[in-house]
Amino acid sequence: MPTDTLSQAVTGVAPLVRRHRVRLWILALTGVTVLLVTVYLFTDVTGSWDYVVQLRTRKLAAMLLVAVAVATATVLFQTVTENRILTPAIMGLDALYVLLQTVLVYLFGASALAGTDPVLRWTVELVVLVLFATALFQWIFTGAGRSIHLLVLVGVLFGVLFRSVTQLLQRMIDPAEFAVLQDAFFASFSVSERLLGLSAVTITLAAAGLVLVGRQLDVLVLGRAHAIGLGVHHRQLVAIVFALVSVLVAVSTALVGPITFLGLIVANLAYHLIGSHRHWHTIPAAILLAVIFLVGGHLLLERVFDLGTVLAVVIEFVGGIFFLILVTRKGTR
Amino acid sequence: MIVLQSVTKRYADTAVVDDVSIELGHPGITSVIGANGAGKSTLLSMIGRLLQVDSGTITVDGLDVTTTRGALLARRLAVLRQDNHLTARLTVRDLVAFGRFPHGRGRLRPSDQEAIDRAIDYLDLDPVGGRFLDELSGGQRQRAFLAMTLAQDTEYLLLDEPLNSLDLRHCVQTMRLLRRAADDLGKRIVLVLHDINFAAAYSDRIVAMRAGRIHVAGKPTEVITTGVLRQVYGLDIAVAEFGGHPMAIYHL
Repeated sequence: MPTDTLSQAVTGVAPLVRRHRVRLWILALTGVTVLLVTVYLFTDVTGSWDYVVQLRTRKLAAMLLVAVAVATATVLFQTVTENRILTPAIMGLDALYVLLQTVLVYLFGASALAGTDPVLRWTVELVVLVLFATALFQWIFTGAGRSIHLLVLVGVLFGVLFRSVTQLLQRMIDPAEFAVLQDAFFASFSVSERLLGLSAVTITLAAAGLVLVGRQLDVLVLGRAHAIGLGVHHRQLVAIVFALVSVLVAVSTALVGPITFLGLIVANLAYHLIGSHRHWHTIPAAILLAVIFLVGGHLLLERVFDLGTVLAVVIEFVGGIFFLILVTRKGTR
Repeated sequence: MIVLQSVTKRYADTAVVDDVSIELGHPGITSVIGANGAGKSTLLSMIGRLLQVDSGTITVDGLDVTTTRGALLARRLAVLRQDNHLTARLTVRDLVAFGRFPHGRGRLRPSDQEAIDRAIDYLDLDPVGGRFLDELSGGQRQRAFLAMTLAQDTEYLLLDEPLNSLDLRHCVQTMRLLRRAADDLGKRIVLVLHDINFAAAYSDRIVAMRAGRIHVAGKPTEVITTGVLRQVYGLDIAVAEFGGHPMAIYHL
């Protein structure tokens, strides 16, 4: 039967082509990443080689951790909420972290915070954020109205609310303590080794949690009803994923402050390039893209244009336009 | 069997499903009919674990749906609803492969591949297996989702209004297909239908619901009668017989 073999060939070929496409893109992105990282670390070194490379390694480590955290958090968040426009940052999760920090300083004072064991403080902050964020998002996303525009609006409003309360509290804080607080939130990639270590450990733990959840995530692309029909414990899975997302966002925000649109860009580019629904494919691709954006952007701004620290501004600008395009294009669906 | 015992679901103060006790899932096709708001879809959603039961119990082959592990139930009971909006771009084969998830937790063994092939073949989807779902017609899309539930390889199959937004030709094709699946594959199918004549022509049993309760359950000839239809729909409908099936003349 010629038609039979033909149709079999057609159905057999498509997944094969796709698997190659995934592999090719991951390879290409890895190549670009390695290249950028090498250029960033070892070119244009003036003065003491050891000192410069060490300084850059630390900055690079921060960028890598942020890339992993932001990309993973965004892809997970979009899977669970079943849309590709919202990100944890747009929903104000990083603003929530900043608010939490401010409340702590407001209540206990900067000196009290500085006095406590940083590991303990870090853990307590994470736990509080995870509990609060999980409760909040469960409430928002299990509510009756699931209109995408309503969600965007709610998210933006929450972001504004968190930021306003933060500002109010910061005005009421002792100026000296405010300086300490402000220091913690300047989006810079020069951070302490201690914080890097903590972040790395936390991200590794989150990744371990992700591996445990495994392929159940993939089923979520079919939507809640189908996922439940296929035996996924939806409520539990969503709670776990929201918890992981809040941890990752907290890690990234603690490292470099809020970057609203990075996740949105890399996640959507990854879906587009990879063309696969598997998280095993999309998350690594999104992470690599995030590294390319951060390191590449840094290189461009620092070495080519000789500008200081405006990478965040550029990402927000490009990302903001990207966001508007996505909203206007997908909003009609 | 799917056994419901005094199952109740309330929204605010109104009971949408009110103290329903019934056995569903006899061999063959069981259709659930009734006016809008009679509680048909709610009933199906509760069996499919999409809604929680307020009181009462539902068991599938003796397994309580609220306490049994999801994967275990998903190997006995497949549910297909009509809100099939997807965020990701999937091919037909990707979609059908999801039907094997309850069996291998996402890892596809050779036996799973065979089940996928069989389901695709059964629904004549071979020519479009590698196509993306958004490139298909409504009828083909629906067949793809049906293939997924077939690949799930369950004894029970629940369908919520499978004929919604299908043209006449695809309606007939779908009903013939379900009849075939019931007869050849031994599937026990429960579906919510709005067209009572499709229910009359293809079902072994019909359950008529009214105001959250089971009004009548029985053979098509027992349910599709002028008297029952008047109580269920509030309309005077003449019933004729054609080819051994009762046919309701409700367009006039």
